[in-house]
Amino acid sequence: MRNSALFAAVLLAGANFAPITLAQDYDPDATIRIGSLYEPQNLDNTAGAGQGINEAFNGNVYEALFQLTDAGTVEPKLVEDYAVNDDGLTYTFTLREGVTFHSGDPLTAADVKHSIERVTAESSQSSRKRSLSNISSVEAPDDRTVVVTLSDRSISLPYNLSYVWIVNDAAANITAMEDGTGPYTLEEWRRGSALALSRFEEYWGEAPTNGEVVFQYFTEATALNNALLTNAVDIITSVQSPDLLVQFADNPSFVVTEGASTTKEILAFNDRVAPFDNVQVRKALARATDKARLLNSIWGEYGTLIGSFVPPTDPWYVDLTDVDAYDVESAKQLLAEAGYPDGFEFTLDTPDYDPHPIVAQFLQTEYAKIGVKVNINIITANEWYTKIYQERDFEATLQEHVNHRDIVFYGNPDFYWGYNNPEVVQLIADAEAASNEAEQVEKLTQANRIIAEDAASIWLYLYPQIVVSAANVTGYPVNGLNSQFFAYDIRKSN
Amino acid sequence: MLATARNLIILAYTIRRTLILFASLFIAAAVLFVLLRLLPGDPANALLGVGATSEQIEAARAQVGSDQPLHVQFVYFIGSLARLDLGTSFVSRASVLEEIANRMSVTLPLTLLGFFLAIALAVPLGIVSAVRAQSWYGGAISVVSQLGIAIPVFWVGILLVTLFSINLRWFPSGGFPLRGWSDFSEAARGMVLPALTIGLVMGASLLRYVRASTLDVLGSDYLRTARALGSSFPEALVRHGLRNGAVPVISILGIELATTFLGAVVIERVFNLPGLGSMLLLAIQQRDYPNVQGVLFVSTLLVLLIGFAADIAQRLVDPRLRRTSVQA
Repeated sequence: MRNSALFAAVLLAGANFAPITLAQDYDPDATIRIGSLYEPQNLDNTAGAGQGINEAFNGNVYEALFQLTDAGTVEPKLVEDYAVNDDGLTYTFTLREGVTFHSGDPLTAADVKHSIERVTAESSQSSRKRSLSNISSVEAPDDRTVVVTLSDRSISLPYNLSYVWIVNDAAANITAMEDGTGPYTLEEWRRGSALALSRFEEYWGEAPTNGEVVFQYFTEATALNNALLTNAVDIITSVQSPDLLVQFADNPSFVVTEGASTTKEILAFNDRVAPFDNVQVRKALARATDKARLLNSIWGEYGTLIGSFVPPTDPWYVDLTDVDAYDVESAKQLLAEAGYPDGFEFTLDTPDYDPHPIVAQFLQTEYAKIGVKVNINIITANEWYTKIYQERDFEATLQEHVNHRDIVFYGNPDFYWGYNNPEVVQLIADAEAASNEAEQVEKLTQANRIIAEDAASIWLYLYPQIVVSAANVTGYPVNGLNSQFFAYDIRKSN
Repeated sequence: MLATARNLIILAYTIRRTLILFASLFIAAAVLFVLLRLLPGDPANALLGVGATSEQIEAARAQVGSDQPLHVQFVYFIGSLARLDLGTSFVSRASVLEEIANRMSVTLPLTLLGFFLAIALAVPLGIVSAVRAQSWYGGAISVVSQLGIAIPVFWVGILLVTLFSINLRWFPSGGFPLRGWSDFSEAARGMVLPALTIGLVMGASLLRYVRASTLDVLGSDYLRTARALGSSFPEALVRHGLRNGAVPVISILGIELATTFLGAVVIERVFNLPGLGSMLLLAIQQRDYPNVQGVLFVSTLLVLLIGFAADIAQRLVDPRLRRTSVQA
């Protein structure tokens, strides 16, 4: 990680937003143009709209009962107060007063009930459906009170609810029209091109520091960078190609910021099949992987090495990079002990987009040193989903996992990688049933250590998360941007 | 009397050609259907993420119909096509036809602009380089056009962006305004570089044909005869040469127009334009069958129509083709 005057490395706790403009005036009605690679497919996050809709709408157009802040903490948003009863199975939420939807309807408990049930519904394609499956009922005894009853204790409920948009229950077609409570309303969306949000004048909270936000969508990183270079956009939300950073890093007209990412590049074994059902084999490959060199060859000075699936921003992070550290000799020895003194051969299913093909080639060279032959099989993202995620028809694969707090996948023996350690399953279940956060953190930290010791997968590196902006723009979020990009504090000076 | 016979011949030809057009469309649709299903993957996947339960996966497959046997899907597909119903996108849930119409407002002007630019470049320069083949500039035009054919179209696009957008700041590097053509000046500015890219690359290859065709005409007996009868060189060229030289050029124009339309895929990507090409690319990645089928069907229709129009135009220009068409 580098440190220069132009380069503001904003990491972990502490400063969570890019430096706010001081003294300098800003234009309160400015249009902020954000360049992004993630165009939404439709406007409903329970209908397969993809990551882009969360980037544009979370916290901007729709709000939830709780909000995951840029600092990574969960804070009440549309909830004023809440209480949990002694068995931890009943949550009573009191809603904030004076909140209205963009259509003018007031927020009521019935809207909240409708919104939660939309995510848990049979037809829901929400990725959060599984995590909310322990909700057994949602009641709205009066306009400001919502009672959620659980079948099992769930300490993550407020966190999970931070992904549930509160939608007007009278709204007819959420895939094409919005009706949220956030500081912006949808002004216009031109498919394949751009999506514009404008300030909602009747917003219940603090008014945004700009008048309009336009997400300009790109399919190609070079075109995105050109747009910033020619002032067609003010900010680019996620730099995907390190080569292109050079033109901004040493230019006083731009600011490059590296925030805390949650995107992990992993080599996932199919732990059900030989030889990867053997922990020694997995550990041997882990030790034969020079992760530092891999990260450097792809991202140069950016990015972070990780020793397990947990990014530094999750509360149960511990530095595990010394577990199965790079050591070719001990890798060979482990392989021999496991019964593969002459190595073996396996197929690595590799998604066809960056950086996976390069990573695959790197691993192929690395593992050849210990006599393991890697056959690279390039597949599309769609094929990956069918072949690997659904049919589990693979030996090993590469994938990027974007979410935070997703160590829970290792507690599901039925997950695509088939890691099955009863102790971890128990710890993850216990953590969810914990009565306080300290207990949850303790259990998940233990689970974290075990998966690392088991080399359940190989966690190659944490992607850097880089935002580049024009120098006259400040106040944008920099962390955890896979699921949100809060625009309301962005200021633009003339 | 003669005019009626001529009209009848053209009419018969048009009817036959229309039947072929429909048969081609049906075959194209069937091939398309099969090819798409041969690709590994499932359209339901685009709706799902890592973390989806098996119930969610089943529900998504039922929603997009990929859980149905192929022949059922095929009957449904052809039935909808016959009703001119292109369906609704699996992913965006928007009407395919509306989306295509929306995207056409970018692709169509882009193709036509590029096409006319190509003609404006190729015809005069092609004639000059043929008539003045011996002079230095005749040769120079020929060499430069050869170069234009050799350079890939996306490279020309990148060069133009670097020069006119990043360095000179005359035109945007890409993109299309949020409000489309209602923001006319921005939309038009956005069209300049991509249209120029198409015009240059297509113009270069067209120029070769115009030049070859003109050289043919220049060496012809009828031109020499016309001059011997007292016409000036330009007069003879315009009166006799143009029509004779046009026949091969028209068929090339038809092919080039169709190619440009299809080639817009690449150009749209370089310039980040929300046209049919970018819609098709995304739809293929997502296995969004209704969108892929819709775009390819409309493109096939357009290409066939262009070929159709070029054939008819050739027959109007050249009476000899009318004769052969009836004998064939």
